Amino acid sequence: MHQGSDEKREHGPDPAQFVEEVVRDYPAKVARKRLRHIVPVSPDGQCEIQANVRTIPGIITQRGCCYAGCKGVVIGPIADMVHIVHGPIGCSYYTWMTRRNQAKPREDGQYYLDYCFSTDMQEDAIVFGGEKKLKAAIREAHEIFRPKAISIHATCPAGLIGDDVVRVGDEMSKELGIPVFGFACEGYKGVSQSAGHHIANNGLFKHVVGRKDIPPDGYAVNMLGEYNIGGDAWEIERILNRCGISILSTFSGNGSFDEIARSHTANLNIIQCHRSINYMAEMMETKFGVPWLKGNFIGIKATSKTLWKIARFFEDPALTQRIEAVIMEEEAQAGVEIAPYRGRLAGKTVALFVGGSRAHHYQDLFKDLGMKVIAAGYEFAHRDDYEGRDVLPFLKVDADSQNIEELKVDKDPERYRPRIDDEKRKRLMAEGVISTYGGMMPEMDKGAVVIDDISHHELEKLIERFKPDLICSGIKDKYVIEKWGIPSKQLHNYDYGGPYAGYLGAVNFARDIDMRVNGPAWGFITPPWKKKPILEAAFGAAA
Amino acid sequence: MRKVAIYGKGGIGKSTTTQNTVAGLVEMGKKVMIVGCDPKADSTRLILGGLAQKSVLDTLREEGEDVDLEDVMKTGFGGCSCVESGGPEPGVGCAGRGIITSINLLESLGAYDESRQLDYAFYDVLGDVVCGGFAMPIREGKAQEIYIVVSGEMMAMYAANNISKGIKKFAESGGVRLGGLICNSRNVDNEEALIKVFAEELGTQMIYFLPRDNMVQKAEINRKTVIEYDPTHPQAQHYRNLARNIDENKMFVVPQPMKQERLEELLMAYGLFA
Repeated sequence: MHQGSDEKREHGPDPAQFVEEVVRDYPAKVARKRLRHIVPVSPDGQCEIQANVRTIPGIITQRGCCYAGCKGVVIGPIADMVHIVHGPIGCSYYTWMTRRNQAKPREDGQYYLDYCFSTDMQEDAIVFGGEKKLKAAIREAHEIFRPKAISIHATCPAGLIGDDVVRVGDEMSKELGIPVFGFACEGYKGVSQSAGHHIANNGLFKHVVGRKDIPPDGYAVNMLGEYNIGGDAWEIERILNRCGISILSTFSGNGSFDEIARSHTANLNIIQCHRSINYMAEMMETKFGVPWLKGNFIGIKATSKTLWKIARFFEDPALTQRIEAVIMEEEAQAGVEIAPYRGRLAGKTVALFVGGSRAHHYQDLFKDLGMKVIAAGYEFAHRDDYEGRDVLPFLKVDADSQNIEELKVDKDPERYRPRIDDEKRKRLMAEGVISTYGGMMPEMDKGAVVIDDISHHELEKLIERFKPDLICSGIKDKYVIEKWGIPSKQLHNYDYGGPYAGYLGAVNFARDIDMRVNGPAWGFITPPWKKKPILEAAFGAAA
Repeated sequence: MRKVAIYGKGGIGKSTTTQNTVAGLVEMGKKVMIVGCDPKADSTRLILGGLAQKSVLDTLREEGEDVDLEDVMKTGFGGCSCVESGGPEPGVGCAGRGIITSINLLESLGAYDESRQLDYAFYDVLGDVVCGGFAMPIREGKAQEIYIVVSGEMMAMYAANNISKGIKKFAESGGVRLGGLICNSRNVDNEEALIKVFAEELGTQMIYFLPRDNMVQKAEINRKTVIEYDPTHPQAQHYRNLARNIDENKMFVVPQPMKQERLEELLMAYGLFA
């Protein structure tokens, strides 16, 4: 086990020992459970981890709820629709732009992202049922804004009293003559926001994707799982457009109902956030024949690698040439610009506990900066996000996941169009270009620690033992971390920064991280009087 | 003031028994208030002579914040004050939450104030204790004594046992006690003996055995309690007796609900097949 005593000196504490230490303070049953979620990366990269199971009550989780995943993450960013929350006002307020997903209105001018629509359920609606109020809210929104479509999102109390947002959506569709569809994404469903992503995918697929057929275009792609936090999607679009690739629709950052409606005519789906959107990619492939590839536009090298993958998918010499030229130029430029930051950041250590894909994506960017990831983990990912999709056939479907509908999708008899032939499909799969995702763990350094659904206690132990130079997570633990004198960067909403995707984003990120990690403020965490006595006096006896 | 809640299986005769008994109490000169906790809002029909009454929740919905006690409280037979919580139509909303809202509102409106010099407040609660809202009258000391209406039919006893579980749970925190079982006879064989044993097993008493009599239905069709409709009828005397027993009751216990198997054993030993 302890073959790496040199390693130990190089990277801090021995991971196995650390794991033991972390669970020591837990009751036996909790320790047993948490041990399955805390895994040091083994030399061969083959590790098993438990994920997507219930959080142990009381451990102070980072996780959010099903409603947050559906309304807050996936559906909310679609800017030309009205999204009505059926519930008390708090649920509405706290999913109102808090993720900093940005969007621009299209030509038709429909843009409702800045609004917060809520039925503001109160006691009266709880006792007598809230469906009437919900219908009134939908009619009101329709009268005032005339949106092209409306979504409804159920919160816990709405579900508890049996208000049926899906049925109300169907009824109101008929009444108003526009698509109105409900998401039964009550917060209590599933074990984390991940359930909400799935419900959102199902709803978009059922109600929006495939509504509008347009003629296929050679290099039209969809960006799946890109939420345009801090403008990421626009930087990705800039790069793809430079290569001659057009984005037909983005799910769902800077998202548009009309664009999603025609997304099934694209020739390729590029998945950024695997966790939140892989359902969509698979369903679109089954029904319409759109292949998907897992990309990552976070990091200079990662962006280039993703562009290469796209080049290999289309196999068009002219496109490949353009992509090559873009990579050369952008990499060189970005390389020059990050060099000074890299000089100050190289060798620093970082831990990331965030999301269901971001903890993986940002490791590539930290590599660009010469920083070392000593620990990482997801908040709501499943095992395939850690270990790769090869593990999928072995996943246990527990009661919590069974609660979430799995859509049965068939080939569309008229509109299914294979984009590539079987021979090419097989080849691209074997080459790791399409339909595969290897997960986060195999790409991590051996000896790094992976912690799923990290608890407050585990985070504090990690800080104590590893003393990382930077921790990336979310708002719930940001200030806990900073009270330890360690800078923290939020990778959910990017604090106030971004874009961080693509080549320009990498430079932004390098600058922000340099300011954060090398800022002088951290030197003042220990007050002067804790470092040396501030009173000076001589012994009285001498006088 | 004694705060009394009447529970029991749906259809067992809670509302009828409550109102007939309350008629006995007001005859004795007691000041009584009935709080109906059933969304159907039919707990005070006999006392009010069928007078339609606006429920607390309907009033709250229409009037908003500005509700007075007079808006929701009506006076019926013998000066008995009557309140109906009301609630949603079947299949929507949350009736349990409605009861919580309603009782809190009644409290803040002063329905229970010392100045009203009530001797009794009766809660007539819908069916089984299905969720937290229907346990409201026994939570937080809203009601201190419970009577369960039961018959010799198995499902009625099953429900009574379940309600006892609810009482036991809140007895530990809220101080509520079981005052006894009221047997509302269904003419089941051996019924009186069976319910007596059942009561003992629960650690309580059968406070009264009400024989079955069509007079009850007859009075009910005429929107009256038996005591009001035909004061000299023997059934009226039974209700007076029950009222007296409740008034003089000193036995208040934390019930010991039994396991399903034990309940079945009892039925085998004393019930239909004995």
